[in-house]
Amino acid sequence: MNYFQLFNLPAQFDLDLTELGSRYLQLQRRFHPDQHAAGSERDRLMAVQQTANINDAYHSLKQPLLRAEHLLALRGLKISHEQRSFTDPSFLMQQMELREQLAEIEQSDDADAVIDSIERQLQQQKKQLLQQLSAALQAQTAEQDQQAADLIRKLKFFFKLQQELELTEQQLQD
Amino acid sequence: MLLQIAEPGQSAAPHQHKLAAGIDLGTTNSLVATVRSGEAKTLVNAQGRDMLPSVVRYTRDAVIVGDAAMAAAVEDADNTIVSVKRLMGKGYGETLALKDKVPYQLIDQQGLVAINTAQGIKNPVEVSAEILATLANTASETLGGELNGVVITVPAYFDDAQRQATKDAAKLAGLNVLRLLNEPTAAALAYGLDSGQEGIIAVYDLGGGTFDISILRLRRGVFEVLATGGDSALGGDDFDHVIVGYLQQQTGEAQLSHQAMRQYLTTARSIKEQLTDSDTVSFSLPTANGMLDGTLSKAEFEQLIGALVKKTIRACRQVLRDAGLTSDEIVKVVMVGGSTRVPLVRREVAAFFATEPLTSIDPDKVVAIGAAIQANVLVGNKADGDTLLLDVIPLSLGLETMGGLTEKIIPRNTVIPVARAQEFTTFKDGQTAMALHVVQGERELVDDCRSLARFELRGIPPMPAGGAHIRVTFQVDADGLLSVTAQEKSSGVQANIQVKPSYGLSDDQVATMLKSSMQYARQDMQQRLLREQQVEAERVLEAVSQALNADAELLSTTELAGIKQALTALATVKQGDDTAAIKAAIEQTNRLTDDFAARRMDLSVRSALKGHNVDEV
Repeated sequence: MNYFQLFNLPAQFDLDLTELGSRYLQLQRRFHPDQHAAGSERDRLMAVQQTANINDAYHSLKQPLLRAEHLLALRGLKISHEQRSFTDPSFLMQQMELREQLAEIEQSDDADAVIDSIERQLQQQKKQLLQQLSAALQAQTAEQDQQAADLIRKLKFFFKLQQELELTEQQLQD
Repeated sequence: MLLQIAEPGQSAAPHQHKLAAGIDLGTTNSLVATVRSGEAKTLVNAQGRDMLPSVVRYTRDAVIVGDAAMAAAVEDADNTIVSVKRLMGKGYGETLALKDKVPYQLIDQQGLVAINTAQGIKNPVEVSAEILATLANTASETLGGELNGVVITVPAYFDDAQRQATKDAAKLAGLNVLRLLNEPTAAALAYGLDSGQEGIIAVYDLGGGTFDISILRLRRGVFEVLATGGDSALGGDDFDHVIVGYLQQQTGEAQLSHQAMRQYLTTARSIKEQLTDSDTVSFSLPTANGMLDGTLSKAEFEQLIGALVKKTIRACRQVLRDAGLTSDEIVKVVMVGGSTRVPLVRREVAAFFATEPLTSIDPDKVVAIGAAIQANVLVGNKADGDTLLLDVIPLSLGLETMGGLTEKIIPRNTVIPVARAQEFTTFKDGQTAMALHVVQGERELVDDCRSLARFELRGIPPMPAGGAHIRVTFQVDADGLLSVTAQEKSSGVQANIQVKPSYGLSDDQVATMLKSSMQYARQDMQQRLLREQQVEAERVLEAVSQALNADAELLSTTELAGIKQALTALATVKQGDDTAAIKAAIEQTNRLTDDFAARRMDLSVRSALKGHNVDEV
């Protein structure tokens, strides 16, 4: 299923999220099972399926990584479940350094400052990679698509680190 | 299945006024409300009361519900079921902690919890059905007719088994459920927060037996549940139990008989209620060693319940985190549940959210009122179609994988309805069956999550190991209920799924209960089934006729003729009393209109976004 088509939006990485949100709600208004609560059994069943599709599509387009993966999938490149090791030593070094900093938060005298510093690094890296990803996806060549897939894999590491950082922050607060 | 496409702001067809009610099926009290002359109000029973104690007493030859049952709660504690909501959808093992807290006898009925009464073994679904039937009866008598449909509220935190049990209870009571609505969402509807209000709203719902905190976002008339949290085993009942503990310390009675426990609870409840407006309260409690006279101050009471209230605030903090929000982003806080009358609760909530909570609607009635408003919309009396409630799934759904670990398939707070597919393959050559274990919860280990159901896939075509690819689709509907389908991809064979709910009743069990229940022994079962098919036939006829009026040009002349013929046949057979023939005619009509429906759906998706050009973006 082409999610971009469902929302009648151009199949591209840079998406107007406000517009996506408003189209999502428009579709929901029409198909949500509540609009068919008094309808026949099949009406209701169909409404559930249709709304589930709409929700899934929205979920996938809203998040940049999933959106990029969907774009690549539409171009015939599936990356969701494959494992590939990285050969980029500087990326690996950077990951290790960030992980070390993360592990040291609890022992640190000024945990908030360390958290802020990691947060800034993560944000900066993410922003940079997302820009590269956008450019790679725009090129629409097989080579650049592979490049985009690599960027998605890298970004996943940063999103995961972000999650762990938030978790650590929560634990400290509790 | 012609999906009726109702344009916002216009009804699909002129409707006669239908009877609908909202039901708040509470732990301590239950209420029914309806919209009349544009106003939602709770309905009173023959005794002039709108609050029905959620209490069912089974004597040898009668079932008594409500106040009369409550009155016998002390003398006949064994047969008087209170707080049954806590048992809904639970396994016997999960209720062991409640064993000392409830004054009746819990027993193990093939893993499910049930209650031993003078009328034999009763399960929580049957007990709840009695409460629902009593409320529906109040509504029918007041409104002068049978209800077309009801909205029943459930805690937002209820898992699949608990929701399913609630729906089963409604079925057993002979009610048509339009929707299970989350209690906090209902409360926000009651305050009319769906119109005019924009922003983030917190609903703090501390009832008798459950605590829910929900974060809703209202935007352009859309209600969206951003996150829900809470504790399905924390409520005002616990305040009572802490006071009971305090009283026990005073009397030195460590062990209490069922009857004494009831007495202590009654005293505790009265102390709690009086301390809402007084600073100190004196009480007299009959004990085995004579009367205990004492006093309890508000400060002492607040110290006793302090930890419990803190626990609710912690849950508030957690749910805000889930929603990625801070407390200062909350514009309104709605208070629900009798326990929010406790001054300490109001103070702590106001302090945490830094805003005075809304309390103008009776916190005991606010949920039923909201449910009535929604029931009125869903049954088709109010066709503005403007309110859109987008709900989320409260707990993650996962599958058991190797080593007793959980693999999440649908994470919590995903907007429902939702469908997610997962692929599986076979381990052995010629393997034709496969077992799946679905759990609900946030923890890594299967044992720490709640077991929902075990599914067995059968009829997989024999292939070499790893050759079969089985796509299993988990679908959660708008009520938060799970269904599962499976298909082998290469052969297209639909695998059979046998559902064994871990803590629920199977469809067969519900059907058996339905047949054997007192309610339907009086009615003619056949008559009921016939009526159901006739109603469904009417719905299909109406839907298809409307679809033809709107989009007949999507059909070829042959298709149109075929459908018209099927409609005529359905209309004819509907007049008769052959249930099976009506069912067959419905199915025939559905088959002939499948493609038509799909085409209309496509057209509708496109027209919904009409006026939006790709170029605009």
